[in-house]
Amino acid sequence: MNVITPAENKWIGTRTVRPDGADKVTGRAAYAADTTMPGMIWGKVLRSPHAHAVIKSIDTSKAEALPGVKAMVTAKDIVDFPTDKSVMLGIQDMRWMCRNVMAREKALFHGHPIAAVAATTEEIAAEACRLIDVQYEVLPHAIEIEDAIKPDAPILHPFLQHEGKPSNIAGTMVAKLGDIEQGFAEAEVVIERTFRTRPVHQGYIEPHACTVSYAADGRATIWSSSQGQFMVRAMTSLLTGVPQSNIRAIPAEIGGGFGAKTIIYLEPLALLLSKKSGRPVKMVMSRDEVMRATGPTSGSLSTVKIGAKKDGTIVAAQGTFYLQAGCLPGSPIRGPVGCSFAPYAIPHVLSVGYDVVCNRSKVAAYRAPGAPIGAYATECVLDELAEKLGIDPLELRHRNSAKTGMKAAYGATFNQVTFEETIEAIQNHEHYKTPLEKNPRPGIKRGRGVASGFWYNAGGESSAQVNLTEDGNVVVITGHPDVGGSRASIANVTAELLGVEHDRVSVIIGDTASIGFSNLTGGSRVTFASAMVVTQSVEKVIGQLKERAAKIWKIDPEAVIYENGACRPAGPNAGQFPPLALKDLAAKANETGGPIGAGVQLNTQGADPGFATHVVDVEVDVDLGIVRVLRYTAAQDVGRALHPSYVEGQIQGGVVQGIGWALSEEYLYDKQGRLDNANFLDYRMPVCSDVPMIEAVVLEIPNPRHPQGVKGVGEAPIVPPLAAIANAVHDALGRRFYSLPMSPPKVTEVMDLPLAAE
Amino acid sequence: MTEIRYLAPGTLEDAVGAFAAAQAAAAGSARILAGGTDLLVQMRAGVVRPGTIIDIKKIEEMTAITEQPDGGFVIGAAVSGATLHDHPRFGQVWPGVLEAINLIGSKQVQGRASPGGNLCNASPAGDSVPAMIAAGAVVTIQGPNGRRTLPVEKVPAGPGRTTLQPGEILVSFTLPPRPKGSSDAYLRMIPRTEMDIAVVGCGVSLTLAGGTVTAARVGLGAVAPVPLLVEDAAKALIGSKLEESALEAAAAACRAACNPINDKRGTIAYRTKVAGVLLKRVTAVAAERAGRS
Amino acid sequence: MARIHVTTTINGEPMEFLCEPQQSLLDALRNNLGLTGTKEGCGTGDCGACSITFDGRLTCSCLVLAVEAEGHEIGTIEGMAQGETLHPLQRKFLEMAALQCGICTPGVLIAARALLEKNPDPTETEVRFGLAGNLCRCTGYDKIVRAVMETAAEMRETAS
Ligand SMILES: Cc1cc2nc3c(=O)[nH]c(=O)nc-3n(C[C@H](O)[C@H](O)[C@H](O)COP(=O)(O)OP(=O)(O)OC[C@H]3O[C@@H](n4cnc5c(N)ncnc54)[C@H](O)[C@@H]3O)c2cc1C
Ligand code: FES
Ligand code: FES
Repeated sequence: MNVITPAENKWIGTRTVRPDGADKVTGRAAYAADTTMPGMIWGKVLRSPHAHAVIKSIDTSKAEALPGVKAMVTAKDIVDFPTDKSVMLGIQDMRWMCRNVMAREKALFHGHPIAAVAATTEEIAAEACRLIDVQYEVLPHAIEIEDAIKPDAPILHPFLQHEGKPSNIAGTMVAKLGDIEQGFAEAEVVIERTFRTRPVHQGYIEPHACTVSYAADGRATIWSSSQGQFMVRAMTSLLTGVPQSNIRAIPAEIGGGFGAKTIIYLEPLALLLSKKSGRPVKMVMSRDEVMRATGPTSGSLSTVKIGAKKDGTIVAAQGTFYLQAGCLPGSPIRGPVGCSFAPYAIPHVLSVGYDVVCNRSKVAAYRAPGAPIGAYATECVLDELAEKLGIDPLELRHRNSAKTGMKAAYGATFNQVTFEETIEAIQNHEHYKTPLEKNPRPGIKRGRGVASGFWYNAGGESSAQVNLTEDGNVVVITGHPDVGGSRASIANVTAELLGVEHDRVSVIIGDTASIGFSNLTGGSRVTFASAMVVTQSVEKVIGQLKERAAKIWKIDPEAVIYENGACRPAGPNAGQFPPLALKDLAAKANETGGPIGAGVQLNTQGADPGFATHVVDVEVDVDLGIVRVLRYTAAQDVGRALHPSYVEGQIQGGVVQGIGWALSEEYLYDKQGRLDNANFLDYRMPVCSDVPMIEAVVLEIPNPRHPQGVKGVGEAPIVPPLAAIANAVHDALGRRFYSLPMSPPKVTEVMDLPLAAE
Repeated sequence: MTEIRYLAPGTLEDAVGAFAAAQAAAAGSARILAGGTDLLVQMRAGVVRPGTIIDIKKIEEMTAITEQPDGGFVIGAAVSGATLHDHPRFGQVWPGVLEAINLIGSKQVQGRASPGGNLCNASPAGDSVPAMIAAGAVVTIQGPNGRRTLPVEKVPAGPGRTTLQPGEILVSFTLPPRPKGSSDAYLRMIPRTEMDIAVVGCGVSLTLAGGTVTAARVGLGAVAPVPLLVEDAAKALIGSKLEESALEAAAAACRAACNPINDKRGTIAYRTKVAGVLLKRVTAVAAERAGRS
Repeated sequence: MARIHVTTTINGEPMEFLCEPQQSLLDALRNNLGLTGTKEGCGTGDCGACSITFDGRLTCSCLVLAVEAEGHEIGTIEGMAQGETLHPLQRKFLEMAALQCGICTPGVLIAARALLEKNPDPTETEVRFGLAGNLCRCTGYDKIVRAVMETAAEMRETAS
């Protein structure tokens, strides 16, 4: 366990073909919407047309009379969790979840579910929704943070109080180190700026979908795609009152989640519809519903103030971060509050976050939740500070890097800080060393920017089972949905440790009835945690193999070693026996004591934070205000890349999401508070021709607390891009942008301002 | 729930007959289906709920591309962008019109989307329309009362509305023959590189003789309720050698013609500014092409 | 409701199905014919997950009515491999990890095949514009573009 798998490996670190690959390139892999059941009917959700309204009455009689309609669900069918007592499942509070899956007292956003219908066809279900008569009393709404926190803002929830008064500020979080007043008193240069970001959606291509069959004996089976089948089971159980033991959640292949599938929307509705109708029920969201009523992450209003000595030593940093929670509490303030200053050794820190409710869909986690928002503000201020002090921006970061053993403002003491290494990787990279031609053509300006980022990473509960088949092959079951190649990494680890060929290992993801509890795929924890439990399971299997060999040889198991896929006597003293390969021992399993296999369930510990440093070149069409990314290099310490392709893929994907956040993605609302761009044409995620190749510089500094040295990978890559791009645009244009996205109208508007007015 | 009928007549007469009959039964209840890239999206969103869908792609005239003896072109209204792209000659004669049509949507959308659909959908931002206006295209329309022709800019009547009468179908676009020294170009501003609706679109068609502009037409999209023919911009270009002063005058005429709205795709100020910027850029491309032709 | 009988060819095989007049071809492929390899990401032509070929032309099946398939040839992801032999693009996508979640993959593969049929030697820019109608949120496109270019090179080599 404390032995790190050596660097020379046959499988770990190689680019093997993933176990689930062939099904995915031939269209056979079954995603959430691909399941059907005999007798299945279709569910649809009626959603609020208003941003904020009291639901005065719901009359379903006309809808129920429509031929083909089989069942109807409203808030009264969902378990009610009173607002005065929190009931937590992980980081989710059921008080809010029960109001999110179905509007209760009020409709809180445009798209809030009001009722759900099941009918024999999708068209009938949709028609039935139109026939439901809902009487609303429309209320004034507040969507933007400024509107939600002003003194006379419409209050979303009378039960939320801040400083003794009803408020839309649902909660606060503080991280502190030293004495902030003293810190700024010591500073010779202070820069303070305010930044805004817009809500952005996770943008997975697969809409939420599920099929639920509730049988006459009270047992339910759920097929759905999520970032955690155990979360699906627990949350559905809490919201429907069906005990967990009666729910089997089967994880379908997941077509992207990025955090947003760590909560559920449809499953409890489909279960209740199935229960009422006695038929399996399938529900699939449209893209419009996905955009309106799931995700996104918060929009934000942040102020960051940093004080430094003239030599570049940062002495104080203060951050105030307001994040939109959406209609119910729970924005990721922990992200900016904890991560913004964490990479730096700053003696005096005060970081405060405010969770602000407003009339849009409840936010869901999005890759490194909240951290990009904080890094945008912090890393832009650092850029300005570097400029003011005449210090290279990477050098400024390097000088102030946190060190191993230091305590971060958010409370943790770092076991291993590898921030400097990421900075050096960029400093020494050909990209950074090659000068950029800043005025290539008339009307075109180019610029380069850098920024860094931090993410906590996570361990947590994981289970695995490793079984040998009678024909001497290996089946591994884990409990985490695979969002981007984790099965490939686990296959590499298993083949390596057992010394067998890669194609003899199958990795599958178990359902809630076939594998032990495993927490969400999220927080960059899956490869870390599942490699750990799989390693321990394999060690147990090897122990069994040794026992079996010892039994056959009639020697002491201690005298058997396992290497290169076979048991051998430990030395001449142990006896002279030809090696017994895994295959031979598997074939003899029954004679020697029964099936060979082992499972491990753990609350994994020892995840170390991830650090990333990025450099980007942009080109601006000055007259049109269009910013394009020309070149991008991202360095990150990943601990150990079990499968380098999927590590690079995480970095490349995260960066491009960051590019979208910085340049083109945003939620737009009309005056009535209705989402105005709930489709992929107007919600502009980067398309293939918008971006260049993304060079991932994968640093492998093993995490000493993981058997293979793994850290998390998936989240840190989205943290630096917003600031890196903003800093690059500044380098190109000489103007700073304090608001995202840097869309063409915004860029031209800033360019048309006189310089002094900045 | 409404019963929907799908018809795919083989002749224009049958199509007009069915269309007129359905329209007479209930106004607005029938829809022509060309590529369907607007219609299906609108049906899915529930914005239109046609009782009858008349697919015109089985009608030969609607899907034909014909080069006329005089050098002009007749393009069937339902020809897809991809088909037009594959035509050996069209893009040489009308590169601007072709690039405008080929900017519509993705390669996938190109496989279906037609210039007729683009025009009849009457979005102020339809990409092919300013290029067609600049090209001086004339459309042929057939209805219960026979055929008529109309300059393309007379078809749009406002966002989502056309001047087509009940039962009328747009049959084809006729583009005039090109004198020597002529060419055209189309550019649009979109935030992404692809898959976006024009924030501003500008088409310019020019004829040059010895470096002097002898004929010009300018079409402008997404800056007013309908795509515009900007005659003042053309006037500023005609007779000039495309000096900066002439270009600036034409750009100013474009800005003056703008009557845009603030919406999710762009602000009034931004659209107005960009109209002028694009005019200059498009003119340069068209002139360069004309010089080569 | 009056369902319409459609006779068509899918992946080279004659097929018949019944559909509603307003049903999309995507919906019919998935729900009436069980061909769920073609995915729905948006239903409005914006994501390319539903890409198919219609008489050889690349199209979004969500923008085609099922009834329009009458008498035409449809190609879907299920017809891309020849028996056990993967199409070179499919193989390269696996080797080069050009997919993460894989939901965009069927559409990307169909679009990439259409691209290479027209242009066997595309530049990176041509690949990027050729695939601009296929959204992928996981990969950042890097490995997709590389895999398509690499396949093109390999196919040119075997062809020559
Ligand atoms: C993803 C996506 C991207 C797009 N991008 C663009 C873009 O970049 N630029 C752009 O301009 N548009 C864009 N569009 C819109 C659309 O593709 C174009 O407007 C296209 O040209 C429509 O042509 P169609 O043949 O598909 O029209 P259809 O949908 O078949 O028809 C459109 C409308 O015109 C009517 N109609 C069609 N033909 C006739 C006729 N001959 N006579 C009378 N009425 C007729 C129909 O009844 C319908 O109301 C996009 C659409 C999608 C889905
Ligand atoms: S589902 Fe057809 S393009 Fe998205
Ligand atoms: S691999 Fe997930 S969307 Fe492309």
